[in-house]
Amino acid sequence: MRTAFIETLFDLARNDQRIVLVTGDLGFGVVTRFQNELPKQFVNAGVAEQNMTGMAAGLALSGKIAFTYSIANFPVIRCLEQIRNDICYHNANVKIVAVGGGFAYGSLGMTHHATEDIAVMRALPNMKVLAPNDPAEARLATQAIVSTDGPCYLRLGRAGEPLVHHEEIKFEMGKSIMTREGSDLTLVVTGGLLNYALEAAAELSASGIEARVLSMHTVKPLDCEAVLAAAQETGAIVTIEEHSLIGGLGSAVAEFLADEYHAPVRLKRIGLPDMFSRKVGDQDYLRAEHGLDAAGIVSAVKDFRRFEFDAAMAGPNIAAPGSSRFA
Amino acid sequence: MAELLAVLYARFLNVDPRRPDWPERDRFVLSKGHGAAAIYAVLAERGFFPRAWLETFYQNGSRLAGHVTHHSVPGVEVSTGSLGHGLSIATGMALAAKRDGAQHRVVVLLSDGECDEGSTWEPILFAQQHGLDNLLAIVDYNKIQSLGTVTEVMELEPFAAKWEAFGWAVREIDGHNIDEIETTLQAMPFEPGRPNCIIAHTVKGKGVSFMENDLLWHYRTPQGEEFEAALAELIRES
Repeated sequence: MRTAFIETLFDLARNDQRIVLVTGDLGFGVVTRFQNELPKQFVNAGVAEQNMTGMAAGLALSGKIAFTYSIANFPVIRCLEQIRNDICYHNANVKIVAVGGGFAYGSLGMTHHATEDIAVMRALPNMKVLAPNDPAEARLATQAIVSTDGPCYLRLGRAGEPLVHHEEIKFEMGKSIMTREGSDLTLVVTGGLLNYALEAAAELSASGIEARVLSMHTVKPLDCEAVLAAAQETGAIVTIEEHSLIGGLGSAVAEFLADEYHAPVRLKRIGLPDMFSRKVGDQDYLRAEHGLDAAGIVSAVKDFRRFEFDAAMAGPNIAAPGSSRFA
Repeated sequence: MAELLAVLYARFLNVDPRRPDWPERDRFVLSKGHGAAAIYAVLAERGFFPRAWLETFYQNGSRLAGHVTHHSVPGVEVSTGSLGHGLSIATGMALAAKRDGAQHRVVVLLSDGECDEGSTWEPILFAQQHGLDNLLAIVDYNKIQSLGTVTEVMELEPFAAKWEAFGWAVREIDGHNIDEIETTLQAMPFEPGRPNCIIAHTVKGKGVSFMENDLLWHYRTPQGEEFEAALAELIRES
């Protein structure tokens, strides 16, 4: 996704001198071509994210489309107040790019786990939040944020993510992409777990459960229409994200349904519990440990389905199995 | 800071109240956002908005909040109020001007207290690295911060030497001396290729005998007799 992003940005910047890339001294080997060929549009702010972010606001207020770039939590939480006051309050045309969403830098430890970023960014007025699911989406998301005025947060994976969309896709900020048809339930996925969700859907299909799969590459604004259709047409929604269960995609979907959908629908959120991961391992290892791989999704969905069946037999007052995990 | 703002807006900044968004205007950022009353007064005086608005300052339904806000207030470049933000924003504006070959200047007014913020020193490093001689940082050095004197809370001395060591061209002035303020401003850039710093030595509450150097008046609003007495002293002095 990192490569898709920087290649796309480079192509756009060559034809649009307003685009300025500001890095917090990161991107070894990634930003080199941009730096060498577009030096007037490149800034290394040094290891100083607060200044990087405040400066980006100043650049944007002077007519630039400023990109701040760093990894994991550094361009997001380290400089949160600059994002809130300097960027969002001024509706400044700054795009915040974090490489290493979720556990992409898993082995580097807790400081490098970006697992609350969506919640934090989503809470800020004027901010749009995008977490593409594969390199094709990352490419189109980069184009979309350049052509949209105002603050955007782009949460990327790292390198080597599989291409999920092999055919051309229609990408629009705030509109999900239906990646698999299904009528028994809907899997809503963000931030790089789409391939696992599709694997899980194939396994579920073998057990006679047909899952619809939505790539929710934009968490804010949420594609409420697609969530509404999922609720009406499939009656059950499972959200999947490599992010805390507090405040992310699952929360966004739950909030929308609670406020706007006044009919029965069943919802389950798959994500990270409210605790730091103390496990050491790479992204795939940590995903599996936290039930975010295909096997984890299948088992969560089957539990959810079993509960649905039990609930139908026992009446409305039954507690969800495994709920203690989220206590 | 009243004298600094008055000289900046009357004799230095190239701004046009009829076109607050004119691209070639000089930029001014009030980083010490708690100085909102002073900037609003100067902008009204300069014709950016009606003086009648000033009567609404701080009141319910007003456009004029207690800390500087750009929203609905012509002439205000950026909103501030959390310390340690303004210099970075101004640095971004100065960098944009440099990259575009534009001639306008960027001036930012800081408090001494906000030099406690680490985020103030990040752009101080950055601006010298990029030779932003179109950037001027003025520090209102009244030597009092929220809970005591600067010396008691977080000593800044040797203050000018710190800025110089970070690569800035520094001038120290009496921040209440109108002529000295103007002469120093007109000398910008002090040294080509280096960002500019003016350390303006000031007295908090200057001109009102019972307010000068008294921390209480950072918080207290003069009412009734106090207000009349303060006004009388200021009128007598001018």
